[in-house]
Order: sequence, then structure tokens, then C-alpha cells
Amino acid sequence: MHPIRRQRLFMVIFIVVIASVAVALLSFALRENINLFYPPSDIVSGEAPKGVRLRAGGMVVADSVMRADDSLFTRFKITDGEATVEVHFTGILPDLFAEGEAAVVMGEIDQGGVFMASEVLAKHDENYTPPEVADAMEQAHQRANASGSDEKAVSVSE
Amino acid sequence: MWQWFHRLGSPRWFYQASGKWLPWLSLLAAILLSVGIAWGLGFAPEDAKQGNSFRIIYIHVPASFLALAGYYVMALAGAVGLIWKMKLADMVMKSAAPIGAILTFVALVTGSIWGKPTWGTYWVWDARITSMLVLFFLYLGVIALQYSYTSQDAASKSSAVLSLVGMVNIPIIYKSVDWWYTLHQPATIKFTEAPSMHPDMFHPLLVMILGFYCFYAVALILNTRVEILNRERRTRWVLDMLLNSKKGSS
Repeated sequence: MHPIRRQRLFMVIFIVVIASVAVALLSFALRENINLFYPPSDIVSGEAPKGVRLRAGGMVVADSVMRADDSLFTRFKITDGEATVEVHFTGILPDLFAEGEAAVVMGEIDQGGVFMASEVLAKHDENYTPPEVADAMEQAHQRANASGSDEKAVSVSE
Repeated sequence: MWQWFHRLGSPRWFYQASGKWLPWLSLLAAILLSVGIAWGLGFAPEDAKQGNSFRIIYIHVPASFLALAGYYVMALAGAVGLIWKMKLADMVMKSAAPIGAILTFVALVTGSIWGKPTWGTYWVWDARITSMLVLFFLYLGVIALQYSYTSQDAASKSSAVLSLVGMVNIPIIYKSVDWWYTLHQPATIKFTEAPSMHPDMFHPLLVMILGFYCFYAVALILNTRVEILNRERRTRWVLDMLLNSKKGSS
């Protein structure tokens, strides 16, 4: 390769490397802010800031959703497998909100450690299945549960 | 070894060769896209949780793929233009920017439309969506730089540098869903494992992705040909071609 072209090639590589390093340092410094939400374990352990609006995300605990009869009030628990946070919310829940599914809630933690949400978003996972296949899987899962074998692994933000 | 490379650098050679590729590529793109659309929208099963709204994936995912791949095309063309001073590479870089911008815009809009029924919001500032918006602005920046110099050489140089700097964003977009907590779900299609999608839904998506690649190639070639004619309009071969209205004779 011609020396001038080689020099220009090094210049190009230099630009890319410097830009990468700069952005890597920047996103490392801002990593807390880039995360959209805190997992419940960060909230329970006190790592998440108190008294400010923040988002929490996790799996909606099975059989934890209680709806009021006379209002839009709903309360439920979200978990990341380590810790659980109770969420209170008044409003319309997204269609995909369901027990055993992931959700992201926005709001504030009150004195009692209850998350007072002003917005609830459903988080879809990366799996796409036709209804028949989903039914078949659900039935197989129930059969496995009935025989008292495994417990469904809880995973959040995966 | 470098001969084909230098031949490729000749706008005239590229103009003549691409004229022969275009009909085939366009035909292939048209077939793949129409088969993929009909298959994905009409025949693929609906999703168990999302119902029919998941079908926007057949536009959203291919558009996002090409928005990212197109950025590499633009940045690599920019690098080749910087290093080898190849005129054609500068033209390709300029032509790739608006196509990439439109694809990014399509990805953002379709994602937003899908987000409302699925997540419950049109927009959220998570890492994936924000980095995708940055990509859109990078494309707009390259387009703007192309038109802000009187000298084409200066325009090419500065937009090549911007494209190279912005290239950092591509792996960030791709890995954002793994590195940070985001509302956007992780990738369904992975290079290393089977897709976490039922084959009946995945196959039309694959056809759409291939179709978008062909469509991208067609759009890029067409755009580049316009750019070639525009920049070479005073050269002998373009004038001859116009006068004879016979391709390639000089």
C-alpha cells in the first residue's frame, strides 16, 4: 500500500478508535442514567434514589394483581427474583399487562416502601408464538406443575 | 489483486455495469417483498399475546436491519473515499445517507405505532430507542454536511469523518438491549442461536429481510447513478451517451 494511503488509513482507524473510547467512557459514566428502570432489588436495598420519580421494572408476581371494584385502582407486586416491590396504580393498564409478564412502572416510592405508580407499561419479551403453540406450551407447563416438579424460573430484563 | 478495486472506482464503469444489474435486482426485490408481505400479513399465524399487531415486525425489523447495515455502507464508503480518494466511494456515501435516514425514520415510526398497543406508550427514552434516534440525526447530519460546502471535496471529507465517528453508535444500538435495562425487548433473531420465534412467523420475516436488502441495493444504485451523472455531466462519456442515447458507446 502506498505510504500516503497507509497514513490516511491509520487516520481513519484513529478516528474510529478515539470516538469509540470517548463514547465508551461517556456511557460508563452515565450508566445509571441510561438504564430505563431499577430492578426491585435495587429499590429494596436502597440503591435507587428515594423521593424522586423513577422507574422500576420486573415480572408481575402471579396472583398478586388486585383490582378495586369501584375504581381504576390496581395493586400488584413486581419482582426480579431477589426482591419484591408492591405497586399501587390508578389508571388503565396496557393490554399486555398480565401476571407472569414483565412490566415497567413509573412513579415514586412512599414512606412505607410502596411504589406509587403514575404510569404502567407492559414489557414484551423477544418470544413470538402462535396461539395454538402457546396453549400447548401452557398445558404442558401446567402438567409439569401438577406433578409437583419444577418451579418456573423467574427472569427479569432478559 | 487491486485491479477490480480500481476498476470499481471508475464512475463510468460502475454506471454501465450497474445498468445491467438493476433489472435483475429490482425483479428480485419486487418478488421477495411481495411474497414476504403477503406471507407475513396474510398467512403467518397471529401472536398469542399481541394478536395481529405483531405483524408490523415484517416492516419494522427489516427497516431497522437496513438502517444499521446502511450506516456501515455509508461509513465504509466514506473511509474508502478518505483513504483512496476514490470518487465513486464519495458518491456512494452521499447516496446512502438519505436512504438510511428514511429507513431509520420508518423503523422509529413503526416501532412507535407498535409500542402504543403493546407497551402502552408511543415513546420512551430507553437506550435502544434513543440510540436509534441518534442514528437518525447522524444520517441527517451527513446529508446536511453534503450541502453545506461549495467544494464537493470538502463536503465529502467532512461527512466521511462524521460517518466514521457515528459508526460507534451501531454496536451500541445493537447491544443496547443487553447492556442496559430497556423497555425494548432483546433481539429475537440472533446470529448464534435459533430465533425465539415460531418458524411459521420467522420464515416470512427472513424473506422480508432479504427483500429489504435487495431493495436497499436497488435504491442505492439508483441514487448513485443520479449522483454519477450529476458530477460527471461535463465529461465526454456522459455527453456521448446522451447524444447517442446508446449506453456505453464513446
